[in-house]
Amino acid sequence: MSYFIQVVVDGLSNGAIYAAIALAIVLVYRATGLINFAQGGMAVTATFVAYALTRVGVPVLLALVVAVVFGFLLGALLERGVMRHFEGGDPDTAVVATIALLVVLSGLSAYFFGYEPHPFPSLFPNRTIEVLGVFVSLRSIGTITVLLVVMIALQLLFRSTKLGLAMRAVADNPRSSALSGLPVSRLLMIGWGLAAALGAIAGVLVAPQLFISPGMLDFVLVYALASAILGGLDSPIGAVVAAAFIGVVENLAGAYLDFIGDDLKIAVPFIAVIVILVVRPQGLFGRKVTVRV
Amino acid sequence: MSLLELEDVTASYGHAQVLHGISFSLSENGATGLLGANGAGKTTTLRAISGTVRTTGRILFEGRDISGLGPDRTAHLGIAHVPEGRGTLGQLSVRENLLVGAYQRKDRKQIATDVDYVLDLFPNLQERVRSNAAALSGGEQQMLAVGRAFMAKPRVILLDEASLGLAPSTARRVYDAIVRLRREAQVSMVVVEQNANLAFSVVDDATVLETGRVALHGSRDELMGMDAVRRAYLGG
Ligand SMILES: Nc1ncnc2c1ncn2[C@@H]1O[C@H](COP(=O)(O)OP(=O)(O)OP(=O)(O)O)[C@@H](O)[C@H]1O
Ligand SMILES: [Mg+2]
Repeated sequence: MSYFIQVVVDGLSNGAIYAAIALAIVLVYRATGLINFAQGGMAVTATFVAYALTRVGVPVLLALVVAVVFGFLLGALLERGVMRHFEGGDPDTAVVATIALLVVLSGLSAYFFGYEPHPFPSLFPNRTIEVLGVFVSLRSIGTITVLLVVMIALQLLFRSTKLGLAMRAVADNPRSSALSGLPVSRLLMIGWGLAAALGAIAGVLVAPQLFISPGMLDFVLVYALASAILGGLDSPIGAVVAAAFIGVVENLAGAYLDFIGDDLKIAVPFIAVIVILVVRPQGLFGRKVTVRV
Repeated sequence: MSLLELEDVTASYGHAQVLHGISFSLSENGATGLLGANGAGKTTTLRAISGTVRTTGRILFEGRDISGLGPDRTAHLGIAHVPEGRGTLGQLSVRENLLVGAYQRKDRKQIATDVDYVLDLFPNLQERVRSNAAALSGGEQQMLAVGRAFMAKPRVILLDEASLGLAPSTARRVYDAIVRLRREAQVSMVVVEQNANLAFSVVDDATVLETGRVALHGSRDELMGMDAVRRAYLGG
C-alpha cells in the first residue's frame, strides 16, 4: 500500500511540473485565443536570466523576481514586435509564428549557454521528509504550493476582474471588443507579458529537477499541452487537475504494468487523454464551445 | 448644432474606393436612417464613423473632427457601433457581454442598474443571463448587441441591420425596444436598414445611398410619400 502511495506522490510531483507550463498555456489561450508554442522558449529564456544571476551570487528568490519582470517584458515585446503582424489574420499562421519564435528563442539560449544541462539551485530546501511511510521532497511540496497559488490567482483574474474580462473579450473577438472601447493591442501585450512571466516562475520551479538547458521544456511542453487540452484549454483548475492526472497515470503505468516499463510509460497518458477527449471533446473542465450560425 | 456631421466622406478597402463623398447630419437627440440596396455602402458609412475603415473628408462629432481615430477612441467619445452580424462575444456569458459594453465606465453602481434596465428591455435575455452568448438565438444575440451598446452610455448608437435574419415578429420586438431606448435613454441613432418599415418606426429622416453616393434625402413623411421609395423599400 505504501508503495502505491509513493508512486502516486511521485506522479503528483511530475504532474506539478506539467501543470506549471500548462497554466501558462491556458493563460495565453485565454488572453489571445492562440495556442502558443513559444511559451516554452520564453520560459526557458527567462529561466536562463535567473540562472545567469544565480551564477554571480544573486539569491534564487531575487533572481526569480528579476526573471519574472524580464519574462513580462520579453512577452510584451514579442507580441508588439512579432505577433502583432499576424493579428486579425489567419490563426494558423499566427500559431506557426509562435513555433518560429520557439526555435529562435531556443537557438539564442543555446548560443549563450550551450546545449548541455547545468544544475540549477532550488528555491526550496533540498530535503525529503517522511510522512506515514511515504517520502516527499520539500521541493515537490513547495512547487505544488506555488502552483496552487498561481492557479487560484489566474482563476480570480479571469473570473472576477475587469482586466480578465477584457482579456477574454479580446481573445474571443478583437474587432468587436474594440467597438466597446477596449484597447485591444495593449490587452494582447499584457496577455503575452503575463504568460511569459508565469513561464519564468514555472521555469525556475522545474529547473532544479530537470537541470537547465535550451531543450529543458521540450519534453514537458508536450505533457503540458496535453494537460491544457485535457483540462479544457480555458480552465486553470482543469489544467492543474489534468496535469496531476497525467503525472500519476504515467507513474502508475510505469510501476505496475510490467510490459510497459519506463520507456513506454510516456505513451500511456496520451492514450488516456485521447480516450477522454473522444468521450468529452470539450475537456474535463472546458465550457462547451457552442456555435450557432 | 448637429451632433454628428459627415462632409464629403470617402472610404476605401485597400485600393477599392466604395464611398464617393457622402454627406449627412444627425441632430442632438435625433435618429436618422440610412437606406439602400445591398452593397450601397451603408455598413461602410457606419464603419467610417466608428473608425474601422480608411476615410477622407470630415466627420464632425460634437463639432470635433474625429476622422482617423480608431474604434477604441471613438467609443470613448460616445459612439457605440452595433455591427452587422452583431459582434457577439460567444464564449462570454450574457452578463459578461453587457459588462464589456460598460468597459470604459467607472460608475459601478449605475452599471448594475443599467444591466437590470437592459434585462427589463429584453426579457428574453433575463433567463439566459448566465448562458454563453454563443448559445443564444439570432434574435437574442441581436438584443444582446443592442444592450451591450447601450451599456456604454453613448451619445449615439450606430445600428447596422438589426433585423437581419430575424423572423418578422422578432425583428418587430427588437425595434420596439430600440424605440423605447431612444425615448428613455436620450441617445441619438443612425439606423441602417433594408426594411424601411422598421427603420421608419425609429427615425425622423433618412438618406438613401446608391453605389457609395447619396441618392436622396428627406424627412420620414416625405420619403414614405414617394412612390419610388415605397416600391424599393416598403414592399409596394
Ligand atoms: N471588408 C471589405 N473589403 C473589401 N470590400 C468590401 C469590404 N466590405 C464591403 N466591401 C465592399 O464595399 C461595398 C459597400 O459595402 P457595404 O457593406 O458598405 O454595403 P451595405 O450597403 O452595407 O450592403 P448590405 O446591405 O449588403 O449590408 C460593396 O461593394 C462591398 O463589396
Ligand atoms: Mg451592410
